[in-house]
Amino acid sequence: MKVLVTVKEVAAVEDEFQIAGTSIDETYLEYDLNEWDDYAVEEAVQLQEAGIADEVVAVTIGPERAEETIRMALAKGADRAVRIWDDALEGSDLLDVGAKTAILEKVVEEEDPDLVLSGVQADDDGFGATGVSLADALGFEWAAVVNHLDQDSVESGTASVRRELEGGVEELTDIELPAVLTIQTGINEPRYASLRGIRQAQRKEIAPKTLGDLGLDAAAVENELTLTDMYEPETESDATYFEGGPEEAAAQLATLLRDKGVGAQ
Amino acid sequence: MTDVLAIADHRRGELRDVSFELVTAGRELANETGGDLHVAVISGDVEGFGDQLQLDGVDTVHTVENGEEFNHDVYAQVVTQLFEAVDPQFLVMPNSVNGLDYAPAVANRLGLAYVSDVVDVGIDGSTLTATREMYSGKVETTTAVEAEQVAVSIRGAEWPATDETGDATVEAFEADVDESAVRSTVTGFEEVGGGDVDISEADVLVSIGRGIEEEENLDLVRDLADALDATLSSSRPIVDAGWLPKNRQVGQSGKVVTPDVYIAIGISGAVQHVAGMKGSDTIVAINTDPNAPIYDIADYGIVDDLFDVVPALIEEFE
Repeated sequence: MKVLVTVKEVAAVEDEFQIAGTSIDETYLEYDLNEWDDYAVEEAVQLQEAGIADEVVAVTIGPERAEETIRMALAKGADRAVRIWDDALEGSDLLDVGAKTAILEKVVEEEDPDLVLSGVQADDDGFGATGVSLADALGFEWAAVVNHLDQDSVESGTASVRRELEGGVEELTDIELPAVLTIQTGINEPRYASLRGIRQAQRKEIAPKTLGDLGLDAAAVENELTLTDMYEPETESDATYFEGGPEEAAAQLATLLRDKGVGAQ
Repeated sequence: MTDVLAIADHRRGELRDVSFELVTAGRELANETGGDLHVAVISGDVEGFGDQLQLDGVDTVHTVENGEEFNHDVYAQVVTQLFEAVDPQFLVMPNSVNGLDYAPAVANRLGLAYVSDVVDVGIDGSTLTATREMYSGKVETTTAVEAEQVAVSIRGAEWPATDETGDATVEAFEADVDESAVRSTVTGFEEVGGGDVDISEADVLVSIGRGIEEEENLDLVRDLADALDATLSSSRPIVDAGWLPKNRQVGQSGKVVTPDVYIAIGISGAVQHVAGMKGSDTIVAINTDPNAPIYDIADYGIVDDLFDVVPALIEEFE
């Protein structure tokens, strides 16, 4: 069985930052593997280690810089990777779900996996939609916000999953394969890449592809969404701040807490 | 094509709060487009739900009988058919866990532009402008959606709930569900993380987040909880890391808590966390980042390193 994992390089923003137009100035960004995708990679690698997956392929849409991130997936155990980028994608602040779906659909058709794992959402744009949209485009089954996958069930052709609903309730669902699962954090404990893994990752293949390689043209990724403004949210805070260094602030807080009856004595 | 179609959310026999918020958001859009607001409710006690959704500002409620609970294959088919029947300008769905499980499929099926997790909407001419957060809530953005018909999912608790009764027409919608395309089966529900402690019963919570950095540092907040005679809780990453059991998690996917005092330590205040604790009487935040969203809802704050403040606070109480 082949497992495909969609991964995304996302930018983490420093505490203090500057906005330039409709993006954050590069100086304040640090790129990393999207947290939710890290859990998806781990789940795929665990299926491989259990002898259920024969091959784990990571796929990303991103510029050359993203190879650093995708190598993390390879270092953790993915066998090879595909990276899609194209001049037509340059300069877009926001790639909409339809465009991502169109691209990934072609990759999945080429790779023909039995299972696609995708993070529930990306930490940068937070759309939370690509996995389910992709499944629908492919005619695959799907499940969103999965926090448990029964490995044995996957072997038998039906994925038994738990979906994490709101308020401490989980839904138990069986879905037919092939399927796309969007993975919630907490489903497993993502491993750190070992030094050996990092060395091995250097020798693994990252196949770059353009839209043309996938049989798509620029029209297929035309964005219907345009980012028109970006700003720091107005703070609604009317908090009282305790200042004067840790000891002094702690003393003021202690007085407040005692007034409220906290701390028995 | 000026109408608005909103899809209600329910679980285990109850309409969820976001359903009433969807009515407010939907009405806001319908006022802009000059169209009608249609609200649909699919599966479950649709008769009862239909009555509850006869709210101020709603023109038509469509009830669709089909099984008891949410099934994404059914929802994707039914919402698609409803959309084709109503032909609205805007399709409004909840950005709930179930919304995440069908809204993108519907948008794909109908070829609609899709903008998710919006916290505000407006219309500029005929263009929808959606306000969203990016980078874990560090920035807010506006997105213009250049399409005739648009699917939108809205974040919970961003619009007030509509609770005034209205005089909507309730109509049963006969959906033609292709059972062979229903390839998922919900087999049950389970409450998780019961455990020894019920944090929703605690008067004082000391709650810890990612700022604690390492598992062994948890002892420090345990000591504080002991000194304050408080109960220890946490935000999601601590539970994900396996440092605390699920029954200690505060938030949308964990427990909703309303203690007298909630002390958030090293917690940034992601919207999912805030959803679980904003009802606390007094909220104290300790965090090095002065821009952390937790300060937006905190009553008292200390912008400083928790590893300096917490020991000092323990000393105060010992």
